[in-house]
Amino acid sequence: MSILVNKDSRVIVQGITGSEGTFHATQMLEYGTNVVGGVTPGKGGQMALDGQVPVFNSVEEAKAATDANVSIIFVPPPFAAEAIIEASDAGVELVVCITEGVPVHDMVKAKRIIDQNGTRLIGPNCPGIITVDECKLGIMPGFICQKGNIGVLSKSGTLTYEAIGQLVNVGLGQTTAIGIGGDPIIGTTMIDALKLFEADPETEGVVLIGEIGGQMENEAARWIKDNMSKPVVGFIAGQTAPPGRRMGHAGAIVSGGDDTAEAKMRIMTECGIAVCESVADIGEKMKAALQ
Amino acid sequence: MKIHEYQGKDIFKSYGIPIQDGYVIENIDDAPATIEKVQKEFNTEAVVVKAQIHAGGRGKGGGVKYSPTTAQALENAQNMLGMNLVTHQTGTDGQKVRKLYITQALDIKKEYYCAITLDRSQTKDVFMVSSEGGVEIEKVAEETPEKIIKVWIDPLVGMKSFQARKLAFGLGLTGDAFKMAVKVFMKMYACYVGTDASIVEINPLVLTEDDQIVALDAKFNFDGNAMYRHKDIAELRDVHEEDPTELEASKYDLNYIKLDGNVGCMVNGAGLAMATMDIIKLAGGEPANFLDVGGAASAETVKNGFKIILSDEHVKAILINIFGGIVRCDRVANGVIQAVKELGLKVPVVVRLEGTNAEEAKSILSESGLAIIPANDMKDAAQKVVDAAVNS
Repeated sequence: MSILVNKDSRVIVQGITGSEGTFHATQMLEYGTNVVGGVTPGKGGQMALDGQVPVFNSVEEAKAATDANVSIIFVPPPFAAEAIIEASDAGVELVVCITEGVPVHDMVKAKRIIDQNGTRLIGPNCPGIITVDECKLGIMPGFICQKGNIGVLSKSGTLTYEAIGQLVNVGLGQTTAIGIGGDPIIGTTMIDALKLFEADPETEGVVLIGEIGGQMENEAARWIKDNMSKPVVGFIAGQTAPPGRRMGHAGAIVSGGDDTAEAKMRIMTECGIAVCESVADIGEKMKAALQ
Repeated sequence: MKIHEYQGKDIFKSYGIPIQDGYVIENIDDAPATIEKVQKEFNTEAVVVKAQIHAGGRGKGGGVKYSPTTAQALENAQNMLGMNLVTHQTGTDGQKVRKLYITQALDIKKEYYCAITLDRSQTKDVFMVSSEGGVEIEKVAEETPEKIIKVWIDPLVGMKSFQARKLAFGLGLTGDAFKMAVKVFMKMYACYVGTDASIVEINPLVLTEDDQIVALDAKFNFDGNAMYRHKDIAELRDVHEEDPTELEASKYDLNYIKLDGNVGCMVNGAGLAMATMDIIKLAGGEPANFLDVGGAASAETVKNGFKIILSDEHVKAILINIFGGIVRCDRVANGVIQAVKELGLKVPVVVRLEGTNAEEAKSILSESGLAIIPANDMKDAAQKVVDAAVNS
């Protein structure tokens, strides 16, 4: 078991013939991900990745021909939100958007549509998701992972790798690691992912990594307090970040005051999460939490 | 991306939002003629002299002066242009005033606050108004939240008239002023969407003695990721308002923010970069900067990053912390060597490389013969760099 993706996931790559798409789709294939097709409008009928994967003109065509249930997006920012909507419209169950720099106004609309269609989105601006030894959907280095029983959930890419590295060093493998991205509008929230880890019988503990800004970590902490039976180790990056150089006051009114690292760490501790003051303690703290 | 008040008001004007109007000067010699022009065009003796800087809190800092006579307007303009304006948002150094906005003065009956921004937790835009305009709105939000009226806007439908009416009723407006406010709110939303703004704020929006609704200020923040489709707005960028080192870094696609400490750091990924700053602090040091070299750190990027960090003379030691995913550590190692050879090893450099090709990278560094201090993990790296900063 694991969450969201496994060896049976049938994956299409939107933007497969672009340089990013080609590079990472190749890496995903090498990891063992079941990449069944790709989409680049106007290049339907061609073969990509050295003749291994058929290319289609649309997600709809790709899904009809390959029965794909997962899509990963590597298209440039101006077209990324539309790519998400296209995948959702075609009925793809899970969409992972790696693209960084998607305009927020585009994402607000895309989010509304995927919610209406019941599509699950991860990202945008995220490293993706990996179920160890089964399916890598994204840009993370697969070789650092080791199969085991810890779920990793993070807003940040390289901090996810850091956490995985530390877990491996203390002898703890992972079920699934998911980077949800740190943009203002994202598809899968921390609570969404925590629910899945809580329900996954193989996951025995979760590492939760957040950052300053927004309320998501606080909402997650309160959810954990009321619903989570498994130990959670938390870390918040940005304890030394200077207070935001805000323009106007509207952001502060909307977010309230609890969006600093200090406030988030306090709320997480109050909710029973084992909070690491130092990023270097994530691995050891998880080991201790399991005992 | 931010812009000045007068630029924001130009945008408002193009959307049909009534503004307190005026003209901009950059040279004090233009002041007499401009004051006269404003007086004539808007049929008023009194004018307002407003410093144009990006930071807020200008009024309290002495950057907004009501000037009832021509003589006072001139005097205020002379004092203000070129001054270093300090507000709670500028930091203690303040910001040099390079432009003045000379505007008409209005007879004000009532001041309101209004703003549109994204509400992340609702994943919708929120339009907020309050009858408590002109004051510290955060305080209102905290102490009397019922005085802030909010409507959330469905992005697929857009703002509807009933929502604008709810806001205007909430402010207690009636008659023509009510009708005018409804129109202004609808136009403000059109402006927010049409410019890819992340914040549009008017504080205060006023009701004048002759029952007109007028924007006295205009604050915008734009989504940098959307500026490719707003070339006209992108051109409004004022580089004088930005930190010169941060500006230089942005030319190399480096995300750099200067801080007050003496331990420089170069990291890939924003989250890991913040965590690196945090652990430097925990080890007893103070970070000199935030620097995210991004997902495509090459030898060139590393070299440019070095230059940027070293341009801060407070830096006593540098920590390079890379967890290679797409980034290959061997390339980073070569970049470090190249940078050190070209720029010299002016301060101790501690390097921690993990992930893709980390082993090759470690041997490249140790075989280089350069006095680079290797570190095994983040804790080790932080301790070593803080010790080095203390001893250098």
